[in-house]
Amino acid sequence: MKRLLSIEFQKIQKNRASKILVITYFVLLSLISLIASLKFTIGSLEINIAEQGIFNFPYIWHFNTYAASLFKLFLAVVIVSMMANEYTYGTLKQNLIDGLSKKEFILSKFYVVISFALASTVFVFIMTLLLGYSFSSYTEIAIVFSDLEYLLAYFIKLVGFFSFCLFLGILVKRSAFALGFLVAWFFVEKITYGFIKFNLLNGTYKTKNFADTIIQYFPLESMSNLIKEPISRLNAVKSIENALGGSENIKIYAVQFSDIAIVSTWIVIFILTSFYILRKRDL
Amino acid sequence: METILSIKNLHKSYGRIKAVKNLSLEITKGNVYGILGPNGSGKSTTLGIVLNVVNKTSGDFEWFDGKLTTHEALKKVGAIIERPNFYPYMTAYENLALVCKIKQINFSKIDEKLEIVGLTDRKDSKFRTFSLGMKQRLAIASALLNDPEILILDEPTNGLDPQGIHQIRDIIRFIASQGTTVLLASHLLDEVEKVCSHVLVLRKGEILYQGTVNGMITTQDFFELKATDNQLLESILLKHPAVNTIEQHHDKTVVYLKNSLSAAELNRYCFEHNIVLEHLVKRNNSLEEEFIKLISNS
Repeated sequence: MKRLLSIEFQKIQKNRASKILVITYFVLLSLISLIASLKFTIGSLEINIAEQGIFNFPYIWHFNTYAASLFKLFLAVVIVSMMANEYTYGTLKQNLIDGLSKKEFILSKFYVVISFALASTVFVFIMTLLLGYSFSSYTEIAIVFSDLEYLLAYFIKLVGFFSFCLFLGILVKRSAFALGFLVAWFFVEKITYGFIKFNLLNGTYKTKNFADTIIQYFPLESMSNLIKEPISRLNAVKSIENALGGSENIKIYAVQFSDIAIVSTWIVIFILTSFYILRKRDL
Repeated sequence: METILSIKNLHKSYGRIKAVKNLSLEITKGNVYGILGPNGSGKSTTLGIVLNVVNKTSGDFEWFDGKLTTHEALKKVGAIIERPNFYPYMTAYENLALVCKIKQINFSKIDEKLEIVGLTDRKDSKFRTFSLGMKQRLAIASALLNDPEILILDEPTNGLDPQGIHQIRDIIRFIASQGTTVLLASHLLDEVEKVCSHVLVLRKGEILYQGTVNGMITTQDFFELKATDNQLLESILLKHPAVNTIEQHHDKTVVYLKNSLSAAELNRYCFEHNIVLEHLVKRNNSLEEEFIKLISNS
């Protein structure tokens, strides 16, 4: 495992484009903390974001993991191009000739996926602790370290998304096409959902339910379900909703075990299929 | 004799096209093998299969008597196929270091091998700045890193200028002289003739000939002669008992023999008949001529 990681990290580290993307990614992640200094002025009312409770433990775990996952596309580009480059340079072939097995090859790429996800998780963990201790109203250990399942969800979400990218890179062989495919797939999920919900059987109650059930098994949808949007959970937003007379949302914000199970299954599917494709293909 | 690679009844089809048909081959230690064949005869496909990048349709192959799995065996093999494949953004040294990591050997050999192929002064240049000849030489250095049991080269001089071809051949000859087993696939016949001891001729995925280079060149010797009066030369030579037929090629008289005859005897015979030769060469069909004959016969 050390050998495979050292091989892969040499490939990424010496590549200037990848290096810049990785650095940009971590810089952007740390910029989340700048939200603290954001101030709005609505009329005569001054709103300081940091004072709205978004940096309160344990809510901050939810908020930061959600915000951090928005930047995952940067690393996705690194992963897709890392895989597609192996095809365009012909180095995939050369690596195998030099004595890497196809299994080791996939494994080494998967280790990179895990490393990226792990590094992001650790980074977010430390940043959140620092931010929380600076701004949170509650700093009792028991409260600070509650709701840590958001970190687990964040980790799984990244591994899932990167595995999907890795799979696309292996399938499509070209980075631009693979990323295009990723965007196209996003729309395919949404359109399929809409089609089942409103067109099939004329959108009866039954099909609406069926659509809602089935959509949560789609790869991208299941990944986004892992960490639900945290904005509407804010007290400020809630009180606005109430003031507007809307019914109180009964959304479940917690990390669902079923979502973790679904995404984990997708990870296994993506990696095994990647291996299968590589084994069947004549290079 | 230690067997390095044995291939048994190998088949490969791409859809309906059969690229390799029933190919069997045994490679033993210490020999230099050539695989000859026109483009598209299945050379690269065969090499691709034993090198783990192309899937066989049926048949079997075994490295080192099957003692190792294919990818473990490949760590003891040095191979370059078609074109040099390296990471363009890494330097020569870094690329070789990566190969060392894959082959699980230490970096101590890198400088030595760069020296052999004459790239020492460019070891810190990025691969993308290299000329094709330099890329090809780097590929050879990479293949030599592990002091391989066998060196496999697929069209190593393809696309190079005469100087580059010359350099690569010198390197191959040097490596072969060190006792390394070499498998060289090429469509350049004199290349194979000059370097190899054994040859395998392929056409459309089938073996046409397999054996030693000398065994392939079996036809009788012939002479190329030239005199001031070629007509007279011809009429006099026809009276010699050892001569079979005579042909005039441009300004040269080509003499085919029935029985063996030495150049000295022929020269004396002509001189005794008052003919002074301007040109006398005893020749043998080259591998190229034999190869063309073999390919067109079947």
